[in-house]
Parts: sequence; structure tokens; C-alpha cells
Amino acid sequence: MTSTFTSRHTGRIVWAAAIVLALLLPELVASKTALTKMCLIGITIVFALSYNVLLGQTGLLSFGHAVYFGLSGFTAIHLINLIGQHQLPIPVLLVPLFAGITGAFFGLLFGVLSTRRHGTAFAMISLAIAELVAASSLILESFFGGESGITTDRSNGPAFFGIDLASQLQVYYLIVGWGVLSAIAMYAYTRTPLGRMAAAVRDNPERAEFIGYSSRMVRLLSFIISAFFAGIAGGLAAINYEIMTATNLSTAASGSVLIMVYIGGAGFFYGPIIGAILISLIQLSLSDITPAWLLYLGLLFVVTVLFAPAGIAGLVERHIPPLRAGMLHRLIPPYLLSGGAGLVFAAGVIALLEMNYHITLNAHEGPLLGLFWMKVDTGQPMAWVAAIIVTLVGFYLFRRTWPIVANAWNDLDSRQPGDLR
Amino acid sequence: MTQPALVLADLRKDFGKASIIRGVSLSVTAGERHAIIGPNGAGKSTLFHLISGRFPPSGGTVSLHGRDITRRSPFAINRQGLARSFQVSNLFPRLSVAENIRCAVLWSSGHRYCFWRWADNLADVSARVEDVLAQIGLKQRRDVLAGVLTYAEQRALEIGIAIAGGADVVLLDEPTAGMSRSETSRAIELIREVTVGKTLVMVEHDMSVVFDLADRISVLVYGEIIATGTAAEIKASKAVQEAYLGTVETDD
Repeated sequence: MTSTFTSRHTGRIVWAAAIVLALLLPELVASKTALTKMCLIGITIVFALSYNVLLGQTGLLSFGHAVYFGLSGFTAIHLINLIGQHQLPIPVLLVPLFAGITGAFFGLLFGVLSTRRHGTAFAMISLAIAELVAASSLILESFFGGESGITTDRSNGPAFFGIDLASQLQVYYLIVGWGVLSAIAMYAYTRTPLGRMAAAVRDNPERAEFIGYSSRMVRLLSFIISAFFAGIAGGLAAINYEIMTATNLSTAASGSVLIMVYIGGAGFFYGPIIGAILISLIQLSLSDITPAWLLYLGLLFVVTVLFAPAGIAGLVERHIPPLRAGMLHRLIPPYLLSGGAGLVFAAGVIALLEMNYHITLNAHEGPLLGLFWMKVDTGQPMAWVAAIIVTLVGFYLFRRTWPIVANAWNDLDSRQPGDLR
Repeated sequence: MTQPALVLADLRKDFGKASIIRGVSLSVTAGERHAIIGPNGAGKSTLFHLISGRFPPSGGTVSLHGRDITRRSPFAINRQGLARSFQVSNLFPRLSVAENIRCAVLWSSGHRYCFWRWADNLADVSARVEDVLAQIGLKQRRDVLAGVLTYAEQRALEIGIAIAGGADVVLLDEPTAGMSRSETSRAIELIREVTVGKTLVMVEHDMSVVFDLADRISVLVYGEIIATGTAAEIKASKAVQEAYLGTVETDD
């Protein structure tokens, strides 16, 4: 009992610290580009959490979640424009709520079609709906604005207690406010009777029907709730970027949120938050450094699926029992050893990929490539031989050192059978 | 005479050209413990699937407390007060034992699709969950995931889920299958205890369980009921001995 009390206690402290950090971040990081990136990450967190209401909570794999984000975002742009023309007497601050309602409406509309089934059939229907909406977004120009999208000006509305959303800082706090409210509401949902039944339907939709619940109704309600919060994220995006284009509701956007949630860990409430932050940072930083960033993202996804199917949050949770038992230090030497070997292997792979990209895409810049801290001459065969050797040696060392990590874990598991679940 | 709780009238089920249930009629009195026995492949589980709404029958009717429930969905039938267990444990494996029971209690407690209250704070639900956990003897294992329970514990939880919603007609499909002697006798006590005041229909292979628990027994052979009666009547029946018990004796 003491341990559950402490873990609940620690959990609350971590959540409170995360919220305080989000509030203080603009003070700590003064740069304007950092603020822009933080806004994007905040919106992405809300979107990823909303996706996990489907994937983690209800067990529905959707390939079309960006539909609800995008449709709500477009609606929000139109709402802000109406506010600017004094045709709608609401503050821009509340637009995300109306965007959420829009998302819930489309969730109801498309959910009725798709939640009849689960598993593969649901996934395929979600993909079909996503393609349908993406196709119509290019046809219905008056609403979607065609290829260039539609724009707005968030500061057109009347100021609300001095908040006119002209500065990026105000937008950031608006995102934090809506984001924290949404996250709390989505966490609360997991603890309500319907939320619990969503988990039961995820585990065993057939049995749920024999304890009085229509599995389809549970899926539909969860779908609507998920679309509502995706809509809030879409509304925040409309306010933040002041533009929405067809790419916002494309299947690529739907795939991106799926990858985030999966890498973060769909089985844990905080998993999507980790995934959203990590993948956003990769997208923001790596895309400036290398043209191969999408490939690295794909590799990360593949590695997660193969070796850490419970995602980063699953890895974190796996280390909590040894941490509680005071045995985490036993893992550090094997991790350093194997991690070092892994880094050598990764460096070799990265070198080969970058050199390949360089000679195929940037050949006109000459043979010199800036790699890590070096200048590499891709015209020299020796450079390629070196990269191949580093890769092979890294791979060999990793294969040799990985059993040390596995043994350390076996040792831990056998030492404290009662503590490890 | 008390009103029948469950009435099957000329119930039929065909899979393609194969007739699995061939005109079963049965009336189970309220409060009765009724066992259905029969050789493998007689259609006992199929009969349960027809009653509980998992399969639609090809013909005939099922009525519960005088109301027709034929071709209703499983959840609609459950809401009318009929619950069932499964031959192969059919739990919510990634939920804890207590959560399994809680989910089974929620609908009947009226909280249904509620998403504005904490599930843990519903005093009526929690009290019922505690009662059921105590009854099925899994209080100590409440926080364990259902998927990692021992076999006997899973069977107990299976019964717990079936009775938690307070249904007054309970179908148990081979509740003691695969259990050891001592586990079986504990399971009999559990079934006796949790079905007090309820109507019980059970499929069972273990004859000692059947003769111990059941008020009346029906013998199902190749989709037809060939005899219904008390344990003594069934043991004495010539038709049953020929079709069923005779083969059991030679096996033993």
C-alpha cells in the first residue's frame, strides 16, 4: 500500500512539475524561434493524446485521425474570419472549444460508419474516410481554399480582457491553457465508467456485450470524444498558424500522429506526450541538418516496433521496479558498454546514409561533406571503406555486448520476483 | 407452480446443411438449478449461444420471464437479466481482477455510458465489487491483471463476471472443466453460494458435479433433448443409459 501511495504521489509531483515548466518555459528560453517551436509541440501533444483515446484506450487503429484535426482547423479559420467581420460575438480565445465541437460532430458522422467494426475493418474504413476527405478538400474550394489553403488573422477579433493574441507569447499561453485542460479531461475520461468500458471493449469486445454493453456504442462514444480533442488541437493550430491547408488533414498527417503515439507508448497515458515532444523535436531540428531526416524517423519507428513495442513509456515503466528496489545501478555498466557499441554502429550507418544522400542529391556541391565534426571526401574510396568498417565493427560489438544487458536483466528479474510485475 | 424463468420452444440451429440443434424445447422454473449434459458435439455450447444471443437461431423461440428474447443482441438479453460464463475463459486480460468485476457491475448499477463521474468513487458499484471479490475468493488478487491469473482463478473470475451484474438467470458453460478434484469441490461450493435465489442453467461434463448441484437434468444428444428429470429419474432412464451413460460406464 505504501508503494502505491508513493507512486501516486510521485506521479502528481511529476505532472505538477511539467505544468509549471510549461508555464515558465518562455522565461527560461527567450528566443522567438524556440517559442514558435514550443507552440507547435503543445498543439501536437493535444493531438497525440486525442489519438491515444482511440489507440491506447479503445484499441482502435485509425489511419485518418488528421481528418478531425483538419476539418476543425478549417472551421476555426472561418470562425475567426467571421469574428473579424463582427458577425460572431465570441472571443477568439474560445474558438478551440467550437473547433472541438466541430470535431465531435464529424466524429459522430464518420464514427457511425466506422465503429460498427473493430480491428482491420475499422482501420481500412478510417483510411477510406481519410482519402475521401482529403480528395474533397481539393474540390470544395470555397471551404478549403484549394491548394493554397485559407488564411485568417487571429488579432482581428476584439480584445478579451486585454488579450488580443497579437503576440506569440499570448498564443503560447492560450495553447498551454487549452492543452492542460484537455490533458486533464482526457486523463479523467480514462477513469470514468465509459472510459473503463472502453478499455474492456479494447481487451475483449465480445465479452463486453455479455455484461450489458454494446461494444459498438462504446467505440462510437470514445471515437467522438477523441475527435472532440483532435478538434481542439485543430482550433489551436488555426489560431497559431493563421492558415490551414489540405496537408493538415492528409493521410501523411494521420500517419505522423500514429508514429508519435506508437514511439511514445500507447499503453500509458503519458506515452503520447513523450512521443509528440520527441518526434516534433526531430522534425524541427533534424530537417534542418539532413535531407535524410524522414529516413531516420522511419528507422526509429521500425526499431521501436521491433525492440520496444510498448514504446518509450514502456521502457520507462520497465525500469521503475528495479529503481524502487534500489538495483538500477546494476544496469548502468551493461548499458554504457552496449550503448557505446550501439553508438559506433549508428555512427557507421549514419555516415553511409549521409554519404549516399550527398553523392545522389548534393553532387553539385562537390565531394566534401560535413559529417559529425569532420569533413569527409565522398570521392575517396577510403572514406567509404572506413564507414563500412565502422558499421561492421559497431554491429559486431553491439551483438557481443547485448547479451550482457540481457543477463543483467535476467539477474534482476530472478533476484526480486515479488517486485517485478 | 412457479412461473418458468426460461422457456425454449422448438429451438433450431443449422450451420449450412448441418443441423446442430434440432428442435429443443425446455422450461426452466425460476430458482431451479438445471444441468444440461450430453456427449461431446451434442450441441450444448451452441444451445447456450442461441439462448444468450451470440448466434441467432434458425427457428423456434427463447423467452425470459415470459418475454420473447429470440434474435435479440447479447447486450439486450443481458439487460433483461440473463448472464453467462464461457467454456474457455473469456476475460478482460489487461484489466485487473477488480476492474473485470467493476465493468460487469457498471451497466446494472445504472452508470452505463457515464463519462462525467469517477468510476472509483461510485459507492454502490465499489460495494458490489467487494462483495463479488469476497464471494469468488479473489480479494487478495484484486490488483493482478486477469491475463496472468492461474487457471482455477480465471475460472472463478469467469463466474464472478457472470454473476456480478445481478442477473437472475445465469448460464454457466462447463464451470469446472479442467479442474483438479479439490478445485472442483471448491467450485461447486462457489456456484452453490453465488446462485442462491437465482435460476441456474449449466453445461457440465463431470457427473458428480451434476448430481451434486442440479435439481433437474436434461440430456442433449445430437441436438435433441432425449430426457429431462431429477438425478434419480435420469439415472433410471433406459434411453439415457443407451445413448449416453452407457458409454460413460465403459469409459470408466
